[in-house]
Amino acid sequence: MSVLTAGTRDSGVVTWRNLMNVRRQPDLLLGATLQPIMFVLLFAFVFAGSIGNDPAVYREFLMGGIFAQTVAFNSAYTTIGMAADLEKGVIDRFRSLPMARAAVLIGRTASDLVVSAIGLLVMSLCGLLVGWRIRGSFLDAIGGYLLLLGFSFAMSWIGAWIGLVAGSVQVAQSAGFIWMFPVTFISSAFVSASSMPGPLKVIAEWNPVTAVADAARELFGNARPTGVLGRSDVWPAHHTVLYAILSCVVVLVIFMPIAVAKYRKVASK
Amino acid sequence: MPPPTSSIAVRAESLVKTFGSTRALDGVDLEIPAGTVLGLLGPNGAGKTTTVRILTTLLRPDSGTAFIAGHDVLTDPDAVRRSIGLSGQYAAVDEHLTGYENLFMVGRLYGKSRTDAATRARELISRFRLKDAGDRPARTYSGGMRRRLDLAGALVAEPAVVVLDEPTTGLDPRGRMDTWDVIGELVADGATVLLTTQYLEEADQLADTILVIDHGKVIASGTADQLKAQVGGERLEIVVADPAEIPVTKIVLAEVGADEPTVEDHQRRVQVRVDTGPKALVEALRRLDQENVSVLDVALHRPTLDDVFLSLTGHIAEEAAPEAEGKRKGRKARKEQS
Repeated sequence: MSVLTAGTRDSGVVTWRNLMNVRRQPDLLLGATLQPIMFVLLFAFVFAGSIGNDPAVYREFLMGGIFAQTVAFNSAYTTIGMAADLEKGVIDRFRSLPMARAAVLIGRTASDLVVSAIGLLVMSLCGLLVGWRIRGSFLDAIGGYLLLLGFSFAMSWIGAWIGLVAGSVQVAQSAGFIWMFPVTFISSAFVSASSMPGPLKVIAEWNPVTAVADAARELFGNARPTGVLGRSDVWPAHHTVLYAILSCVVVLVIFMPIAVAKYRKVASK
Repeated sequence: MPPPTSSIAVRAESLVKTFGSTRALDGVDLEIPAGTVLGLLGPNGAGKTTTVRILTTLLRPDSGTAFIAGHDVLTDPDAVRRSIGLSGQYAAVDEHLTGYENLFMVGRLYGKSRTDAATRARELISRFRLKDAGDRPARTYSGGMRRRLDLAGALVAEPAVVVLDEPTTGLDPRGRMDTWDVIGELVADGATVLLTTQYLEEADQLADTILVIDHGKVIASGTADQLKAQVGGERLEIVVADPAEIPVTKIVLAEVGADEPTVEDHQRRVQVRVDTGPKALVEALRRLDQENVSVLDVALHRPTLDDVFLSLTGHIAEEAAPEAEGKRKGRKARKEQS
């Protein structure tokens, strides 16, 4: 059997193991589903009245942002999952087996992608309840979801690397979440980048989360309001889909190899 | 060094490993003929786990060589991993998978097809007496059951060499007997086994050859009987009724014994090493009777591996055992400990 098929099979087995774990402890899904629901409801009803002129317009704008934020948070779940895996007995078994070393990481990010997809589904339903609709074409909408999942997968690899570096679940719990807040809030997820002061504005304009949120809005056909929620006039803002895809690729190219290298090191100590 | 011949399943030469300023392994050699059990015996921190980790490719030695089933652990770790089954101190099972699913998963990761992995998993579940629990998540298992499941995991691929790292540490007596039974069957089936333990009784029961290791060095090797013979003779033990009779008992035992008697005042017990066994016992009792000493209890002990260990290292083997309990948590501690 070639190295590649063996690696794919091993990754599939680890993915299966992780998903069985989720099935046996459904409470693992709470974070990935309840948190986005909470954000949709909080922003749709607490902020919608004060941001922009029309709450309905803001809710429509908001959903793309919360989609982007939710898939970005997938990295934190991977961080915790990875750190927890390292503390479990089964990892000792994995290390002594003639299996592909990357399979543990691919399995972790793949099963987190499935959880992330469940989160997106729950959130879309929640969005429909507060008045959000997919107004574009069917194909564009599929593209929108694929882009979100692609970003989720890329973020998951950053998360895996942090989880391997963290050294314990306790550290992973804070290290996994803390950077998510600036990354998702200094973006156009909830307000427009153009409304932010100086340096924050630049960061937000080039933040991949901004591109993913704006691309989702475009692909779901959600009208972009003008004024405080309007778009910036920088290159990423004019090529949201392209910039979002490029960001995913860059993240994967950097973090896949360093996470695998880190795992090898952690696993052979 | 040339690859070992096929009758030697495991061979290690001059293994050295340093962690910071601690020399965990200081030139360990070992050889396990195929189909035999080697017991690696030593207290916590002696270097047992480090040796196991090197032989199972989890750790690279600073220097030295090791071959498993003819494969070099340094240059061909994947072939080594295919030839070994490892069962460690901490049951390497997934808590949320059932016993059957755990074994199925391990089979798949050894490269077995779905059908083969399923058949083998069923086979092992019944062989390891987990049939009733096979479809329950492993977290519902008792310590002994978990350990059996872990052992089964080590055997999924019918490996040439089975490595058992302290298979009964942390188990209650019942779990320990249980695990011994299973290892006993394994041995009867002709498996090559490397067993580490800090329990002398365990090495005595299960191993063909015993290697005593302390401070990263092999300090003695041989069969249990050879090691016991090394300590020499038996121990004669007399308990007297009256503390006032201790001095005269001591004089008598000094005459029949092979060295200076030892006295435990509280227990009113006097002991001495003897070379002539039952003859010395009869002689001692006759002389004590002449002296009108009333003897409460008398015993003649063959030396145990405890005595061997004590005489070799100057400290008893299980001294560090309570500490091991504290190390159950976390892999970090384990790394440092080894």
